[in-house]
Amino acid sequence: MAGEKEEERRAIKISPKLLELLAKFGEIELEDVEINVDELEISVPTVSGIPFPQPEMAPPKPEKPVAILEAPFTPMVEEYPGRVREVTLGATKSEGGSRGKTVVIGGESSPSYYLFEKAPPHPPAVALDVFDVVPSLPKAIKVHISEVMGDTAAWAKAAVDKFGADVVTLHLLSTDPLINDTPPRQAVKTVEDVLQAVDVPIIVGGCGDPKKDAEVFTEVAETVHGERVLLSSVTLDMDEAGVLGRVGDAAAKHGHLVLGFTALDLNRAKELNRKLYLYVPDDSVLMDLTTAALGYGLEYTFSIHERARLAALMGDRELQHPTLSGTTNAWAAREAWLNMGPEWEPRELRGPLWETVTALSLLLAGVDLFMMMHPSAVRTVKKVIEQFSSMGKARPERIADWVAVKI
Amino acid sequence: MAQRKRKSVTELSPIEVYMLLPRTNCKECGEENCMAFAVKLVNREASIGMCAPVLKEEQKEAHRNLEELLAPAIKEITIGIGNRVVKIGGKLVMYRHEFTYHNPTPIAIDVTDEMPVKAVYPTEEGLTERVKRVEGFSYNYIGRDLNLDMIAVRSTSNDPARFRSTIEDVAKTTDMPLILCTFDANVMEAGLVAAYDRRPLIYAATTDNWREMAELALMYSCPLAVFAPNDLGLLRSLSRTLVEYGVKDLVLDPGTFVDDGLTDTINNFTMIRRSACKGWDELLGFPLIGTPITVWVGKESSKEDKAWKEAYVAAVLVSRYADLLIMHSLDGWVQLPVLIWRFNVYTDPRKPVSVESGLKVFGTPNESSPVMLTTNYALTYFTVESDIKKASADCYLIVVDTGGISVESSVAGRYLTAETIAEAVKQSNIEEKVNHKYLIIPGLAARLSGETEETLGEEWRVLVGPKDSSGIGEYLKNRWPPRDKD
Repeated sequence: MAGEKEEERRAIKISPKLLELLAKFGEIELEDVEINVDELEISVPTVSGIPFPQPEMAPPKPEKPVAILEAPFTPMVEEYPGRVREVTLGATKSEGGSRGKTVVIGGESSPSYYLFEKAPPHPPAVALDVFDVVPSLPKAIKVHISEVMGDTAAWAKAAVDKFGADVVTLHLLSTDPLINDTPPRQAVKTVEDVLQAVDVPIIVGGCGDPKKDAEVFTEVAETVHGERVLLSSVTLDMDEAGVLGRVGDAAAKHGHLVLGFTALDLNRAKELNRKLYLYVPDDSVLMDLTTAALGYGLEYTFSIHERARLAALMGDRELQHPTLSGTTNAWAAREAWLNMGPEWEPRELRGPLWETVTALSLLLAGVDLFMMMHPSAVRTVKKVIEQFSSMGKARPERIADWVAVKI
Repeated sequence: MAQRKRKSVTELSPIEVYMLLPRTNCKECGEENCMAFAVKLVNREASIGMCAPVLKEEQKEAHRNLEELLAPAIKEITIGIGNRVVKIGGKLVMYRHEFTYHNPTPIAIDVTDEMPVKAVYPTEEGLTERVKRVEGFSYNYIGRDLNLDMIAVRSTSNDPARFRSTIEDVAKTTDMPLILCTFDANVMEAGLVAAYDRRPLIYAATTDNWREMAELALMYSCPLAVFAPNDLGLLRSLSRTLVEYGVKDLVLDPGTFVDDGLTDTINNFTMIRRSACKGWDELLGFPLIGTPITVWVGKESSKEDKAWKEAYVAAVLVSRYADLLIMHSLDGWVQLPVLIWRFNVYTDPRKPVSVESGLKVFGTPNESSPVMLTTNYALTYFTVESDIKKASADCYLIVVDTGGISVESSVAGRYLTAETIAEAVKQSNIEEKVNHKYLIIPGLAARLSGETEETLGEEWRVLVGPKDSSGIGEYLKNRWPPRDKD
């Protein structure tokens, strides 16, 4: 800055009066003038009438603004050719089931929570996990459900009445041939008990063995005809084992939904959906693209959901399905439950926060249905979903002076 | 301001860059030829400055065109100096899957000019102590140290002398980059006098003080934040005004609202980022600052509730385009998920999810050392690897190709089965390296133990290891060498 001033001082100043005078002439000639300097640069400001050649001249500095210069903002709003299908979970009496409430998800026609474009037609929903065995769970979760563990129906009731589940997921883990190998008929009984105990839609989860799951799902589908339960999950492994068609047919015939599970691979998700279209109506398909825990690959899950949703909006029909996240997987992260020393305590907060952050990250990526467990995580996620329903609730005055606030 | 038609990183072809290079294949940049260098430039694996010829005077125009062609949608701003400098912004894309995000969101923790320098036990935290705690905060995650990055000094006293002396104390305590927070230009100047040579971020210019703040930013050559809570028209107008005033390095704050306002916050951030990345709006093409610390305004809820909220608001803002965060809570349980999520979001999305399968050797195992097994999901592997190293175990680890799926999911999804385990054991030639036939499988794959034993045959015994690899050290201490299968 000092340099510039110095330059200015050394420059030959031409007074405005002289300039005015000069303006009257097209050309001037200096006579009897002796200039004694090493290097001379005469700079004459452009005045009308003097078309002075001025190569490489710096442009004159603009005036500093004295008032705010208006620059209005208009958001860039896009139209998308595609739309996610709407799917209804559960069926009321008049619809052929026995549920008191049904839950509709999907139907989005803009990216997740781009409210400046379009609000999603239905809020995402939260399902709570219930097991037909006493599973090994982190202590932070167990303390909240110890009273009902072992009584599946009571557990399901608590999930709805106490923890606010929109949907209940019944995991029929006991059917696993490597655990109890519970026969399908007994599993069906548990499903009926849960349907008796709650009036929200339910998800029926298998054990992961494609053949056994197919047996169980087929029998469940038939027995609870019309209830529009979600069978979780159907896979390409079932197709390989030759049982996918059986499950699909049973679901279609008895009015249920299927959840297609693939492992972080959109091409396989599309492949599975194409196979499912052979058996079930396309508004009865949901996608589980795999949920990895925060710290254990959540970013892959996040990006695959963003990609899937954008592709759906851009018109990829094979991805225009609502998505489900097994958010309880967050607890697979050791940071969710491990004793890491006093500076990371209390674990009782760290764990549910882990589940909350996993869920909210995926909420922003477009997930429609969350399978969760910890009451505090469920409460926060449900609250955020409610708060996200509309814009225009910010209160600028509240944070206007946050800098000086005493905490 | 004119909006130039520009191309995003995903549309830019190396040929376009190549045409602006000298095309002499001089190799000064370290590449074989100019085309190879062009590819690296497009992938942001090299910078223009590495091409000596293009820096010459006669290449000035080509140089300028190259810079323009490669300029990120979000300007990169530096705060601080020396080796603790932080760079913010520099984003090339809107979505993480399009291209690797640059410059992981730094997290600044606040201190105030009314804190006592030394702690007053048990009621008040000391300034020096808090700054030291921020500096020392560290978590080792798959071999990397996750840290906090900056100190935000807030003037709650509104007293210039006090602000100045606090800044001096902070600067003496740490060389972390600083953010000076006050809306009063006089107080700000007092602070700048104490630390302008550290290139702090000035927070912030508002509709009321923008001229004074602009003068300070120019006089002290520091970047300037612009605060226009929930008013994007004002934010853009202030950006235009300040740019025309001559302030080149801006950071934008559209306000961080929590609770009912959180939806406005993420929508504001999203609208701004879209205009900058897709519409090349230069007035909004500056880094964004999020302030989860605003959860602490008001007295409605408990400290615990606020910290909980601050954590998830921060995580949400890491996902939705914040380039810098100011937070208050220093609790480990609050910061850990945020730091890990930040680390994850800023990794290369093209990076494979899996590591190479096969036999890995740890320490100096001998013929009676344990043989363990895991899957080739990158995060599973790195976790197991770091736990084995922590336990200083000499052992073999067979990494099974499960297509990059974790143990639990690959058991459920039938990628980790008795057959795939047997195949991996055979491929590893482990039988030639050890004189025993014990295989330790992950606790989460316990249900496969019997079947695996049968499939392996030949007297192999399968032992079920801990469910979490953090238990490996303990497990080996108590259970190795095995007395018998237990």
